[in-house]
Amino acid sequence: MEAPIIELKGLTKCYRSLRAVDDLDLTINKGEIFGLLGPNGAGKSTTILMLLGLTEPTSGVATVCGFNATKNPIPVKQKVGYMPDNIGFYNNMTALENLVYVGRLNGIAEAEVKERAREMLEEVGLSGAMNKRTATFSRGMKQRLGLADVLIKQPEVIILDEPTLGIDPSGVKDFLALIKQLSRQQGLTVLLSSHHLHQVQQVCDRVGIFVGGKLLAEGNIDTLAGNLFAREPFVVEVTVQNPVPPTLETDLLAIETVKKVLVNDHLLQISGSTGCTPDLVRFLVQKGMHITGVQQRSYGLDEIYERYFETNLNENSSSEKSSGLFQRSFFRKRK
Amino acid sequence: MKNPAVYFKGLFSGNVSSRSTKVGDRPFSVMVRKEVADHIRSWRFIILLVLMLLTFLGSMYVSLSNISKAVGNAEDPDSLFLYLKLLTITDNSLPPFHIFVGFLGPLLGIGLGFDAVNAEQNNGTLIRLLAQPVYRDNLLLAKFTGALIVISVLFLSLGLLMIGGGLIITGVRIEPQEFLRILCFIVLTIVYVGFWLNLSILLSVVFKQAATSALTAIGIWLFFTVFYQMIMSLVIKAVLPDPALLSPDEVTGYNNTIMTFLRLVPSQLYADGTTTLLMPSVRSLGPLSMEQMSGAIPTPLSLRESLLIVWPQLCGLLAATLLCFALAYQRFMRREIRN
Repeated sequence: MEAPIIELKGLTKCYRSLRAVDDLDLTINKGEIFGLLGPNGAGKSTTILMLLGLTEPTSGVATVCGFNATKNPIPVKQKVGYMPDNIGFYNNMTALENLVYVGRLNGIAEAEVKERAREMLEEVGLSGAMNKRTATFSRGMKQRLGLADVLIKQPEVIILDEPTLGIDPSGVKDFLALIKQLSRQQGLTVLLSSHHLHQVQQVCDRVGIFVGGKLLAEGNIDTLAGNLFAREPFVVEVTVQNPVPPTLETDLLAIETVKKVLVNDHLLQISGSTGCTPDLVRFLVQKGMHITGVQQRSYGLDEIYERYFETNLNENSSSEKSSGLFQRSFFRKRK
Repeated sequence: MKNPAVYFKGLFSGNVSSRSTKVGDRPFSVMVRKEVADHIRSWRFIILLVLMLLTFLGSMYVSLSNISKAVGNAEDPDSLFLYLKLLTITDNSLPPFHIFVGFLGPLLGIGLGFDAVNAEQNNGTLIRLLAQPVYRDNLLLAKFTGALIVISVLFLSLGLLMIGGGLIITGVRIEPQEFLRILCFIVLTIVYVGFWLNLSILLSVVFKQAATSALTAIGIWLFFTVFYQMIMSLVIKAVLPDPALLSPDEVTGYNNTIMTFLRLVPSQLYADGTTTLLMPSVRSLGPLSMEQMSGAIPTPLSLRESLLIVWPQLCGLLAATLLCFALAYQRFMRREIRN
């Protein structure tokens, strides 16, 4: 297999006492679309800045396209197109001028830079606003211009920080489709960070879940689900009409296949081994419960995401008791 | 944005060779070009330009209407330098041009530099710019060079306008020495404004808000033009003994100390420099003793001698400029640039 295009080893960034990025190891291969998922303030942007050599890591090495991003940022920046999350343009210049400026900075020959900028603006659907000042641009237009800005330098790697922020849903769909197409046709490597898991789910080959500066999980969505829910592979949710007697929980736990019971008012969440649903229903009916609904829970990215972020939130509010388990079990698996 | 990837064919794979491989100086010149264009198009510069032009025209008008009187004055050893006279004489209704520049030059420098870095950061353009293959220090240097080019062109054209106008109006031939002196004056002016420019760029790196850095720069300017002299005279009165009780030698010594402290102010350096350059008969910037004066004929100095007198002033201004630049560089190179 060829060398990975992005390789992070033990990357750490501290802001005073805060560890924004904590001992991050990550490899991304050529042609991959990698999604960096995490809540706000998880350290996604900091990681990206370190990849571009714009921020110095406290320790660790970031290698992009074979270059050390901290010590040798210029060749890295030549090959990487980066779109920041709060993208800004020179307001007193037109879209075309902004783009031509970036083209020139990237060493595109003077003869072709205008032509290419014009082409790029057409591609992203801004040909009508080409000669308008960017001060008048809407958020979505700026985002498109940002993509043109990234593509004009003909990058090998595209890094997009929250690229879908502020675009309407159909725009997001187009945008992501475009990114996917580009990646497939030109073999571009794409790293995109987001907190919108559904969007990431649509396009990414692999995702990394990034919370509190740590990469909690990495892999495609199936692997993630498998990893996370190996411990409790199966959950049945039973809704009952009458109040739940307090003894029911212990009775349920007495059943061999049941591992965990959560009682939430009229909702019983029962974890157990696969295929225990009929037994459970039978048992509950015998106990005189009026069942109004039974649902087997399946796991998508939604649950994965929620689970991890919940873990993080609970940890922050220092009620580690139940949720810390997830993390610990997870770490054991990764290592 | 429907099905657009077809268009990208060949854009990514092929013509990489068309890119220039040499990176470093080309992005820098592109950045300087953009900076100059930005300045010229901005309202701010147009206003400053109008201000400078008005000063220039006003002082030229005053000096032209008094030129015959000044040149006719046989007691003045400088009376033969018509063009230098144009820059320096006045009937006291308006200060001469070089004094005006000493006062307004800082405003020009501050106006062109106070939001150089923080405005880019607040707009979110800084991070986008630095994600391109450019060195970080090139940005600072480009900001400085761009504004300096604009300033140089402005003062050079004003100077040449003055010479040309003088030629047409008076018809007197310009001496080579005069021309060189005026050129040196222009260079000194550019260095002086360059110092203030660099100071304001430094402040734009230090402060996140453009308004804060502008106010601080103006504060420093006001302090040096108004308050520093007042504080100095207060301190002198409080600390130094009464000159009536001292021997002449001691008075000279104290005067030298006082001048040294006054020369910490850039505008004082500039005033000293311009006076020497534009008035060839000025032989020293400090007090001269009677022995030094005895036997001296009141004739103008040669350009070389005037330059020798100005040299420390010029070096002082350059050193202050460099210091500001180094500080700005040091602050900017390692700082967080996200907005």
